[in-house]
Amino acid sequence: MPVEILMPALSPTMEKGNLAKWIKKEGDAVKSGDVIAEIETDKATMEVEAVDEGTLGKILVPEGTQDVAVNTPIAVILADGESAGAIADPAASAKAAESAPPVAAAPLEPSPVAASAPAAPAVVNSAVASPPQPAALPEPDVPEGTEMVTQTMREALRDAMAEEMRRDGDVFIMGEEVAEYQGAYKITQGLLQEFGARRVIDTPITEHGFAGVGVGAAMAGLKPIVEFMTFNFAMQAIDQIINSAAKTHYMSGGQIGCSIVFRGPNGAAARVAAQHSQDYTAWYSHIPGLKVVAPYTAADAKGLLKAAIRDPNPVIFLENEILYGHSSPVPKLDDFIVPLGKAKIARPGADVTLVAWSIGMSYALKAAEELSKKGIEAEVIDLRTIRPLDIDTVIASVKKTGRCVTVEEGWPQSGVGAEIVAQLVEKAFDYLDAPVLRVTGKDVPMPYAANLEKLALPNVQEVVDAARAVTYR
Amino acid sequence: MALAAKKPAAGTIAAGKPAAQKALARRSEKAGAKTIAEFSKAEELAAYREMLAIRRFEEKAGQMYGMGLIGGFCHLYIGQEAVVVGMQLALQPGDQVITGYRDHGHMLACGMDPKGVMAELTGRRGGYSKGKGGSMHMFSVEKGFFGGHGIVGAQVSLGTGLAFADAYRQNGNVCLTYFGDGAANQGQVYESFNMAELWKLPVVYIIENNKYAMGTAVSRASAQTDFSRRGASFNIPGEQVDGMDVRAVKAAGERAVEFARSGKGPYILEMLTYRYRGHSMSDPAKYRSKEEVQKMRTEHDPIEQVRNRLLEKGWATEDDLKAIDAEIRETMNAAADFASSDPEPDVSELYTDILR
Repeated sequence: MPVEILMPALSPTMEKGNLAKWIKKEGDAVKSGDVIAEIETDKATMEVEAVDEGTLGKILVPEGTQDVAVNTPIAVILADGESAGAIADPAASAKAAESAPPVAAAPLEPSPVAASAPAAPAVVNSAVASPPQPAALPEPDVPEGTEMVTQTMREALRDAMAEEMRRDGDVFIMGEEVAEYQGAYKITQGLLQEFGARRVIDTPITEHGFAGVGVGAAMAGLKPIVEFMTFNFAMQAIDQIINSAAKTHYMSGGQIGCSIVFRGPNGAAARVAAQHSQDYTAWYSHIPGLKVVAPYTAADAKGLLKAAIRDPNPVIFLENEILYGHSSPVPKLDDFIVPLGKAKIARPGADVTLVAWSIGMSYALKAAEELSKKGIEAEVIDLRTIRPLDIDTVIASVKKTGRCVTVEEGWPQSGVGAEIVAQLVEKAFDYLDAPVLRVTGKDVPMPYAANLEKLALPNVQEVVDAARAVTYR
Repeated sequence: MALAAKKPAAGTIAAGKPAAQKALARRSEKAGAKTIAEFSKAEELAAYREMLAIRRFEEKAGQMYGMGLIGGFCHLYIGQEAVVVGMQLALQPGDQVITGYRDHGHMLACGMDPKGVMAELTGRRGGYSKGKGGSMHMFSVEKGFFGGHGIVGAQVSLGTGLAFADAYRQNGNVCLTYFGDGAANQGQVYESFNMAELWKLPVVYIIENNKYAMGTAVSRASAQTDFSRRGASFNIPGEQVDGMDVRAVKAAGERAVEFARSGKGPYILEMLTYRYRGHSMSDPAKYRSKEEVQKMRTEHDPIEQVRNRLLEKGWATEDDLKAIDAEIRETMNAAADFASSDPEPDVSELYTDILR
């Protein structure tokens, strides 16, 4: 039986990759452990090793192919005595991929990418993997007629840091693997090369310590960007973030400032289970003295991070690993800033207000499309900054729609949705025509199993159902 | 002074055994010889005045706490005065100081106004933090004092960060980072030690070993009770210092500060000291005997030591010293009066200074 080699998933959130190079040629003998190809992801170039022995019978995906979906057959290995004629019809291979469980169980996509992959060479239409864009509405922070360039959120974040570091010598970045390794998620790619080891600083694995060092440097007037490899690890440092960074300005009667950005991926990635999948938005949004930012688009990521770095206060900048590789238009401006504390209407509508931020926006926008087919026009608000909360924009929308659904990946109790509900009840009760509903992550630690993980996260259908419930349609 | 770090230090007592590593052994202090660098008359008088001011301030604070004018926690520094006064003599303008919650002495040593400190203790608008910080949270950027931190051990990472800023700016400044024998068991202390040595940061860690972390004697909490060796696994040199002798503190401070300032990295000074009062005003200190306290007071008191030398050498008369005392008492009474009469912060201050 010829053995198919499938496009491997090389990280928890990988959905596709580029086939950079074939090391083995058709007809070459292959032993288990041999490197047969190089795969390029948005984070790194990795080698693919053979598991089976035999002859490389056929290369199904030529080298240089971009965006090959995980689980797509890329080559066939023939056992001794088998001939290339034994290679099965590629359509059957695609079918096999379809029936396999989704390797990259990206919570973003209800249908796994592998299932939509055509026969080899499998090139996923990038539009499928990209989040829906609020293209209909002009960016409120961008002058009309500005040229837009498509960037991943990863590139936008890097550019934001690089621009601010060029602008201000007091800005530096520290964290685990930010320098030599170019960032665990490649957000700091190239920064060491441009700014040197004085300003791009690899730390030991010592979150509590380096968070405190960052805060101390900020108290002395520097403007550190402290990267947490993920915000799960910032739990080690939360005392310094809250007790030192957030409170010292108040406790010093305004004498000691702390201009610092704590940034890194927050929330669920994919299949990394409870300790590595948690949304801390509500935790930090609880704290006076902090600002909390969570962008959804690449443009917002860039403009908000630049604003966060310039802000004289401690800013918690919550990124999302699944969004890192997603592309969207970014204005081509010398100095594009999105002010903190301002929500954005990402899609206008008159029937129900959907409030979300970060990856929650992907559920909200898709739900809005679904609802539109049913004749319900949802207004989708991207909070962008969670503290200070732009409740005025939410209230203005609710005054129009009379109905509201909040969407977040975090847990329900004391969540950001709970806060929005409370404020709407206090400030816009008379405008509400239905109870405000929350769509949240389920009240459980994140399970590992693919099916349970999917259940634990919010989904588009839940948002649609909630919107229909509050509109009684 | 750069070479002094390699020589047996004058004024150190009972330092740790030579470390196994050669480099560390060379840098660590093998003391014993109690040849102490004598102070001049002017230095003795200045040290006497500074230490007495801290003591009188603290006595006044204790009194005002008893009167209900000071609330919350109030940790007095009485007994430990030689540490901050001696260390301050080793500093230059622009150097920074940071400490934990037992901070009144450090602030006065940094030159902060007793009125502003006392008014902060009483929670008044004229306090250094406008009454919003209290005893444990006071700052003066002007005087290089960065707090005043209430979370035990947190100031060690923060002080390392201040030193990071000095290194980043290459301004030649040094940060003195104070903490106690209790804080020395916090994990972030060692995270900070590691980074400070790795990056050769200009920080001097001063461990004020006053023998008790609240009610827990050092030997009941610490596997390694020689705190000068706590940096050994990071290659940070350290020495034990008689923290009751202001001359020994100054000499060690100068060695350590010079070491850090010259780019060689962090340095640890364990100050063997003693607090006469309880951990805080509400601690009756039943965990140690009256005799133990009395012995320290009569045999090692840092102020009495200077006083005796001044009198022995004929550098001051009893009357001269009484006059100094009277003057200091007057200053502290004025501070107490100000702190009692100054109004509480305006209610509008509740919502100020949260963000810049």
